Amino acid sequence: MKHTLEWQITTVTAIKPETPRVKSITLKLPDWQRHLAGQHYDMRLTAEDGYQVQRSYSIASEPERIGEIDLTIEKIDDGEVSPYVHDVLVVGDLVEVRGPIGGYFVWEANAKPKSLLQRLAGGSAPAAASPVMLIAGGSGVVPLMSMIRHRAAAHANTPTRLLFSSRTPEDAIYFDELERLRAKMDGLEVFHTFTRSQPPGWRGYARRIDDEMLSEVSKPLGKSVQVFICGPTPLVESAANSLVRISIPATQIKTERFGPSGQ
Amino acid sequence: MTQRFVSRGFVGKRRAPEAAKAGRVPPGQYVTNDFPVLSAGPTPNVHLDRWSFTIDGLVGEPMTWSWDEFLKLPSQEFVVDISCVTKWTHLDMRWRGVSIDTLLEHVEIDPRAQFVIEHTFDDYTTNLPLHDIINSQAFVAYEYDGQPLAPAHGGPVRVVVPHLYFWKSAKWARGLRLLEHDKSGFWEVRGYNNHGDPWKEERYTGD
Repeated sequence: MKHTLEWQITTVTAIKPETPRVKSITLKLPDWQRHLAGQHYDMRLTAEDGYQVQRSYSIASEPERIGEIDLTIEKIDDGEVSPYVHDVLVVGDLVEVRGPIGGYFVWEANAKPKSLLQRLAGGSAPAAASPVMLIAGGSGVVPLMSMIRHRAAAHANTPTRLLFSSRTPEDAIYFDELERLRAKMDGLEVFHTFTRSQPPGWRGYARRIDDEMLSEVSKPLGKSVQVFICGPTPLVESAANSLVRISIPATQIKTERFGPSGQ
Repeated sequence: MTQRFVSRGFVGKRRAPEAAKAGRVPPGQYVTNDFPVLSAGPTPNVHLDRWSFTIDGLVGEPMTWSWDEFLKLPSQEFVVDISCVTKWTHLDMRWRGVSIDTLLEHVEIDPRAQFVIEHTFDDYTTNLPLHDIINSQAFVAYEYDGQPLAPAHGGPVRVVVPHLYFWKSAKWARGLRLLEHDKSGFWEVRGYNNHGDPWKEERYTGD
């Protein structure tokens, strides 16, 4: 990763509504390079008078998609970039981005198993054989979806569980695709929890992620599980502390936090 | 003259125009009143009776303070602007802590010392030139906004280096090691800039 990340002008080739407040955009990159699942791109908007804003967005698509990336963006009403993406951007528009960025919150399928020395030295991609626990709150699912899509494209059968907290089923980003991937029965399991309203006849979780839920969902994956948690800070903080309490080593827990801390 | 790229139909909200005009907002940053927590892993649990802060490396004799000893050091209030590489800038953040100059008075610095590594109670480290941490440019904080520094924000103490991106301000700090040669820290080996000056937008490797 020792190279300069230059801004490049990309073309919007598709826009897809995911939920009432979330859209995915496909960008064709003139200078595409293969990313790692979990990385992000920075997007920069420039007004006529030179006023600029920048924000970071996790890559939603798998590294196996050559030449283009998907970004999934939730509309934040008083945001700068997301309202532009939701209300102004159309197919054919040009968008400046740079990346891919991030060398820690990443996962690679079929990574070579690490030697003891490598594991002691630390480093980003975990051993291929480790089961994976993905914990998402709302739009925190985006980088984890890149990992899930990469896992599918790489035909990996790493035991993987996603615990995904959304307010309502309508808010659950990628709901149908997750169901399709789960139905392949290749070692991916998906657990939704809907905190505000549930589908008719729902017998799954219907509350905020807590110790008991985490313990139930993560236990079958064992103690060598590699954990990735992404979402609003309070959810991430609570889930991380919970996992440490049930003796998952802190070095196996990677976190990425979105949005305000609430302080 | 090269045409600058313009995003069709983008006007922008232009919040905090006074701060921007006063030149207080580094390029690419937005102003927030929030204090986001952006750690890479779980929050370490550091017990005060097992806490210590050490300055070692290229010094005559290493110096270590226990919690009680640290609190007896001369402390000050610092009001500074903080910029995080994730694009937020928070103006006028109020801290209480000990200036790094005060800490360094307790050791004899070897003339070969050019760089510093900040060590922590988890495996996080970050590096910077010695000249970036002396002369009233950095402090070790144990209070934020009048309250003891919360664990999620790096308590019991964190380093604060306001003129660099906030990842250079290690949370859960346990000491400084003075070195002759630079040694990249946690984020620096994972794609982030070795120096991290927000005014030059030194975010990523190669910037």
